[in-house]
Amino acid sequence: MLSIKNLQVKLEDEDKQILKGVNLEVEAGKVHAIMGPNGSGKSTLSYVLSGKGGYEVTGGSAHLDDIDLLDLEPEERAAAGLFLAFQYPVEIPGVGNMTFLRTAVNAQRKARGEDEMSAAEFLKVVRAKAKDLKIDAEMLKRPVNVGFSGGEKKRNEILQMAMLEPKMCILDETDSGLDVDAMKLVADGVNALRSEGRGFLVITHYQRLLDHIKPDIVHIMADGRIVKTGGPELALEVENNGYADILAEVA
Amino acid sequence: MADAVVKSDPTEALIASLAMPDATWAKPAREDALARVRTMGLPQRRDEYWKYTRPDTLTQIGAPKAAVLVMDEAPMFDEVDRLRIVFVDGVYDAEASDDLSLEGVTIERLAAASSDLHWATCVYGVLEARGQTPVARPLAAVNTAFATDGVLIHVTGKPNKPINLVYHHKSETSDAILHNCIKMDAGTEVTLLENGPAAARFNKVLEVEIADGAAFHHIRAQGRDHERRAATHIFSRLGAESEFHSFTMTVNGQLTRNDCVIELTGDDAIANVAGACVGDGDFHHDDTVFITHDAVNCRSRQVFKKVLRNGATGVFQGKILVKAGAQKTDGYQISQALLLDGDSQFLAKPELEIYADDVACSHGSTSGAIDEDALFYLRSRGVPEAEATNLLTLSFLAEAVEEISDEALREDMTVRLAAWLMRHRG
Repeated sequence: MLSIKNLQVKLEDEDKQILKGVNLEVEAGKVHAIMGPNGSGKSTLSYVLSGKGGYEVTGGSAHLDDIDLLDLEPEERAAAGLFLAFQYPVEIPGVGNMTFLRTAVNAQRKARGEDEMSAAEFLKVVRAKAKDLKIDAEMLKRPVNVGFSGGEKKRNEILQMAMLEPKMCILDETDSGLDVDAMKLVADGVNALRSEGRGFLVITHYQRLLDHIKPDIVHIMADGRIVKTGGPELALEVENNGYADILAEVA
Repeated sequence: MADAVVKSDPTEALIASLAMPDATWAKPAREDALARVRTMGLPQRRDEYWKYTRPDTLTQIGAPKAAVLVMDEAPMFDEVDRLRIVFVDGVYDAEASDDLSLEGVTIERLAAASSDLHWATCVYGVLEARGQTPVARPLAAVNTAFATDGVLIHVTGKPNKPINLVYHHKSETSDAILHNCIKMDAGTEVTLLENGPAAARFNKVLEVEIADGAAFHHIRAQGRDHERRAATHIFSRLGAESEFHSFTMTVNGQLTRNDCVIELTGDDAIANVAGACVGDGDFHHDDTVFITHDAVNCRSRQVFKKVLRNGATGVFQGKILVKAGAQKTDGYQISQALLLDGDSQFLAKPELEIYADDVACSHGSTSGAIDEDALFYLRSRGVPEAEATNLLTLSFLAEAVEEISDEALREDMTVRLAAWLMRHRG
């Protein structure tokens, strides 16, 4: 589903190479996790895949099925089925959460040549999905993420994911800033979306999130590369011993 | 003296080019205003309050040509049950206007009001004259002296519908001077809607005397013409526990100078002035606001938002003056510009002058581009760049539009601003 080959990326304004040849295949129906120390390039990978500015791809490729992601605008990548749950969801004063969600859903439908969702249908669907994530009517009315707690912001990300029904979901440190209960709620939301046709790439520092969202494959990223790949036990190894042993082993 | 002669020349030339309407109850006020014009002289670039806006096309004899909009804009306030008073190029259009009788108000036209004991003598030119200190506003005095028409509204109750002044610009060189006066008795309430450009060039004054406990609501849209030039003044004096709410939407217009001068003279009064303007290219918009707090426990808010692109210019000069004794004043002022490209500019001069010691006043002024993080966030959810930019631009304007308390009118303004953004995509 998501196929990344030898991806190399530097900062646009600085002569600084961040990704030094990332290879990664995420199959439909699977959950892959990427762990790694600070500065290893995990967030950069998520930004580059979703099309954020400020980066320059110097080599390699990234495809979603047979679509060349790197050729597309961020909105085209989204319409193609890519979704990034932000580590720091952006506050947008003046834009109501509901307006934002409906605009996004309908923009993607339009881009795919599908009919727009009627206001009534949209309302019905969003209310049901919001309820599962314990997002109340008040939160839906407020401006996007404005005045939301850390947990509310992350739940709002999952709500967007549930509404947009992407093929490939990238979660960038979705566990950061969450207490245990909030993490459970978010994880339940993600698990509810797991399906045959959908792939997940979960970026995290900690094993904790992976207790709730059980990965099929775990990758360790360091210094702009995937340095080790294994099963769920790899995450436990990190939790118990830190990154030092693994990094020493592959060095 | 040599200096004074040089200064008076263009002033005298302009005076000579204008005709003072025939003797009426307003004659003394007009003569006084003319004397003020002679003393002050016309505004010049070197005047402190004209530093950012060139006054020459507003003061020259005759209006510079302004093309008439080929396509009429969508009718405004059509959904609202209202009393319409129509002026075409500054001339009253009886046929297009509604009957002027409405319960709770007496409406007369300035040009037709002839009684020697007219109630408007205590408003016409009076609030304008008060508003000449400490800052001279010569164009307003020119207006009082030479206004050819306008409406005089005496509010004695709570009319069940708004009064709508509708302006049409049909001639490329029309030059209109209109003067509207409103006197509100204690405890009354009225809504004034204004829309359209009054002429190729227009000079409009609105004086509003608000007695204790009365509430004035004002929504103004200045039309969509590109080349028109406008100088407008609002002068208002508020009694105790009274309210003044004014919102102005400006889209296009080569030159707009909107002055608003408010005096809070009774305790517990509220004054809100807001404006949203959007300009593309040959667009210069100047909001100059002066709010004087001269009573206890009054609140004032100024909320001005400007969206500028392709070399458009926005100006904001806003002042809050809190006089000694005006304790418990709550004054708020925000002026912000969203610059959609590097060619546009925003010039702001926020001022606070406070002589009381128990007040809360704040002011802020910013100018900036679209928030890149917010733009990427929207795009990452599938919203195309142009649509995302418009959404963020509208949300920027929303803070000013939200000052309108009526939901339907607020929605109407939002829809029109959205339509403008659709037409002016980068």
